[in-house]
Amino acid sequence: MTILVVLSCVGLLLALPVAAIGIGARFTANSVIYGLAMVACLASLAAALGHLLADTGLVPAVTLPLGLPWLGAHFRLDALSAFFLAVVDLGGAAASLYGLGYGRHETAPRRVLPFFPVFVAGMQLVVLADDAFTFLFSWEFMSLASWALVIADHHERDNVRAGYVYLVMASFGTAALLLAFGLLAGPDGGYGFAAIRAASHSPASASLVLALLLLGAGSKAGLVPLHVWLPLAHPAAPSHVSALMSGVMTKVAIYAFVRVVFDLLGEPQWWWSMPVLALGGITAVLGVLYALMQHDLKRLLAYHTVENIGIIYIGLGLALAFRAEGLPAVAALALTAALFHVLNHMTFKSLLFFGAGAVLTVTGERDMEHLGGLIHRMPATAFAFLIGCAAISALPPFNGFVSEWLTFQAVLQGPKLALWGPKLLVPSVGALLALSAALAAGCFVKAFGVTFLSRPRSTAAATACDVDRFSLATMLLLALLCLLAGILPGLVIDTWGPVVGNLVGQRMPVQSVEPWLTIIPVAAGRSSYNGLLVFLFIAWAALTAAQVIHRWASHAMRRGPAWDCGYPDASPLTQYSASGFAQPIRRVFGSVVFRATEEVDMPPPGDTGPARLTVMVHDLVWATFYEPVARAIGILADRLNAFQYLTIRKYLSFVFVALVVLLLALELWL
Amino acid sequence: MALVVDLLTQGLQLILVLALAPLLTGFVRKVKARLLRRQGPSVWQPYRDLLRLARKEVVLAENASWLFRTAPYLIFAATWAAAALVPTFASGLIFSWTADLIAIIALLGSARFFLALAGMDVGTAFGGIGSSREAMIASVAEPAILMMVFTVALVAGSSQLSTVARFMGSPEVGLRVSIGLALFALFIVALAENARIPVDNPATHLELTMVHEAMVLEYSGRHLAVIEVASSLKLLLYVSLIGCIFVPWGMAASGAGIADYALGLALYLAKIVVLALGLALFESAIAKMRVFRVPQFVGAALMLGLLGTLLLFF
Repeated sequence: MTILVVLSCVGLLLALPVAAIGIGARFTANSVIYGLAMVACLASLAAALGHLLADTGLVPAVTLPLGLPWLGAHFRLDALSAFFLAVVDLGGAAASLYGLGYGRHETAPRRVLPFFPVFVAGMQLVVLADDAFTFLFSWEFMSLASWALVIADHHERDNVRAGYVYLVMASFGTAALLLAFGLLAGPDGGYGFAAIRAASHSPASASLVLALLLLGAGSKAGLVPLHVWLPLAHPAAPSHVSALMSGVMTKVAIYAFVRVVFDLLGEPQWWWSMPVLALGGITAVLGVLYALMQHDLKRLLAYHTVENIGIIYIGLGLALAFRAEGLPAVAALALTAALFHVLNHMTFKSLLFFGAGAVLTVTGERDMEHLGGLIHRMPATAFAFLIGCAAISALPPFNGFVSEWLTFQAVLQGPKLALWGPKLLVPSVGALLALSAALAAGCFVKAFGVTFLSRPRSTAAATACDVDRFSLATMLLLALLCLLAGILPGLVIDTWGPVVGNLVGQRMPVQSVEPWLTIIPVAAGRSSYNGLLVFLFIAWAALTAAQVIHRWASHAMRRGPAWDCGYPDASPLTQYSASGFAQPIRRVFGSVVFRATEEVDMPPPGDTGPARLTVMVHDLVWATFYEPVARAIGILADRLNAFQYLTIRKYLSFVFVALVVLLLALELWL
Repeated sequence: MALVVDLLTQGLQLILVLALAPLLTGFVRKVKARLLRRQGPSVWQPYRDLLRLARKEVVLAENASWLFRTAPYLIFAATWAAAALVPTFASGLIFSWTADLIAIIALLGSARFFLALAGMDVGTAFGGIGSSREAMIASVAEPAILMMVFTVALVAGSSQLSTVARFMGSPEVGLRVSIGLALFALFIVALAENARIPVDNPATHLELTMVHEAMVLEYSGRHLAVIEVASSLKLLLYVSLIGCIFVPWGMAASGAGIADYALGLALYLAKIVVLALGLALFESAIAKMRVFRVPQFVGAALMLGLLGTLLLFF
């Protein structure tokens, strides 16, 4: 029953493009499409959550006569699917609500409206699919729908390039997944997930599948060095789609990884955790360092997604390591941390992209160097964005802190590991995680400080006003979710007990029975955290301090000009800029990571010409991994030119030689 | 009965840290002045300063937003919460389970986040320079202290400070290299986090060299008073943290008699005095570093912490 509800929601979403094309009036189309999409997402969310909370152990499945005639399309809603479906639905519903207001500002709504519901439906289908064919079809469907949304604003040259890079990387990723499922299905072609799960996989082919998964799912999620398309494509789309791509689609990629590695592949081998941990750690630190160097708000957020994916992969890697060594209780902790971060990142990254979209709508600017002072003119947006920033910087009492805290607790269980490889990697990854958390706080001080605080750096920023009520409602609701998940983590963790139980064989201890809603991941004497009390204490202490001072001391206040060192009316350009803010961190970390160099061209004394500062930042990932490939393809294409415009005799002899060689090869092989 | 005693202990601790914090600041200043053969202000001067600041009107920059006005209280509340959870004279704090050491560090991170934002709010170059440098220093100092936390948590088998203090006071600890490395790392981070020489100079108002003072330059009146209390609390927190983890002797366990509590309190005050003397001596003996030397200095703490943690994995 549940799965039919869910599938009819998908069906409704798939039917919506027809309505989008059918309804001529722009205003109505916008309301109808986003309204219905939100209803479909909420219905599906209710079904998924109901299934997850009921925890009956029943796994509804259905086979529809679609797709390959001898296979059909299998759909199944187990706990893992239900969890990720809930994440997709929550993100989809939020984006639809936001779209109700934001979509009215769209210049070409017909390039967005038909694809939006289809994109959401594609993501839902991926998490529901129960055979390789349906999975890959939905995966590609999701990719193409999002690609269409990336190039919605095709007048911008950058967007077209982003679309091109995205298409190439998405094809590459799907190809890797195709090969992975080919290996999983084996020569007999058992494409159903049940058959794959039942089959035994040789260590070599299982390891190959892991590598292909890291390439295929990793490129969609944004693992370094496969992340290059992400900061191009995510910001290019309209902001609510950016939120979906960054907040939700990367989670679908995480789902693909978890589904195959934790569910379909069977028992992990001892070394599997090592590449996952190493890639996760590197991704987390590089992602946030790249983000710090950006001054385009949406691109900064997109790069920051890369960091969060790294954190999630660290959690998954820890879970793999503990599971491989027969420590299911700790593996459950690590997996819970990763899943918690999946949910958290969906909420706060969507919130932040919505905030960036609001700024973009009212000022027409994405470049932080032209913004500033928006807290005065967009107070509600600024408040919600601030909560998103605090949450993503892993500050208590918000939700981002809880998932990082859980990950740290899993790292602290590292000495229980017996094997040297993972054991030595775990503390190093812990250090990388700590480093990325600290850098993230700096990154979001910069993002919020330059965009919303300080003085406006352009007239657009000085004359802005707050956005429509739908956008505001979405942002404030998500901000509330960030706080609630942060102060009631026990209730949230218990929700996906069955998911963790199915995947690693043991659940976390039930948290909601602990007194005062404390979370105790391992044992009461080891560590515990109570977000609710922390929040209440901070609120109480701040209010009391304010009250005591206002009651017993002065509450007089006067406005005056800021301290200007005797140079009045300094231009807003004398403030710290986004690049200026990141300069110390660029000097500390960037000289190694980006080979960043600075050249100062100072005119001699007496010369009134301007001084110039040139900063060179190299993207080493692009230079190391992509440029050689692009060059090789170019050279190969040039060489192959020689084979064009030959005579028919030469072509015929090529065909003949190829045939003979193939036959010989076949003869030798058999 | 035991519950009442525990609650009283926690309440007393809450008030004690708040009452002692300005005194510690005043004491360090006094000792530093005496070391320079100056008379120096009385140790009670910070209290007088705070009272005067609280009574004065606030001069708010024209561009200041609501965040600028609420940030001092949030910074104070987060710092106070963190300071109240570090055991000082008694190890059995009843709310110790609310936040472990990682959460305490993160609470300080919250305070720093809002302080850095407040520095950016008015839109002058000073605030920006302070916030931007604070972000750089924190980006190394925070992982360093987390590595220190890892070391301690792995040795004690817990990241809860009450348990850690009890364990470190017991003879099972023995002598470990990791603990020494962690102590060293914590010293360095404490200097950096509290804006002390050689990382920052708490007494300077020369704009180009300051970090913490640059961020709070626009604050005045009661807002400044609240921020000053928060910085004093932070200094006391770090001193208590060093005392609680590395010299937890004499702390009253929960259920101890009145005499134990009195002894714990006396020993706690003695620990503060010794550490404050050490801080004043160190600060008087060393010159301030260039800003871009700081990451190397604090980076050393990060490496020590990491080394300490790695040693425990063997």
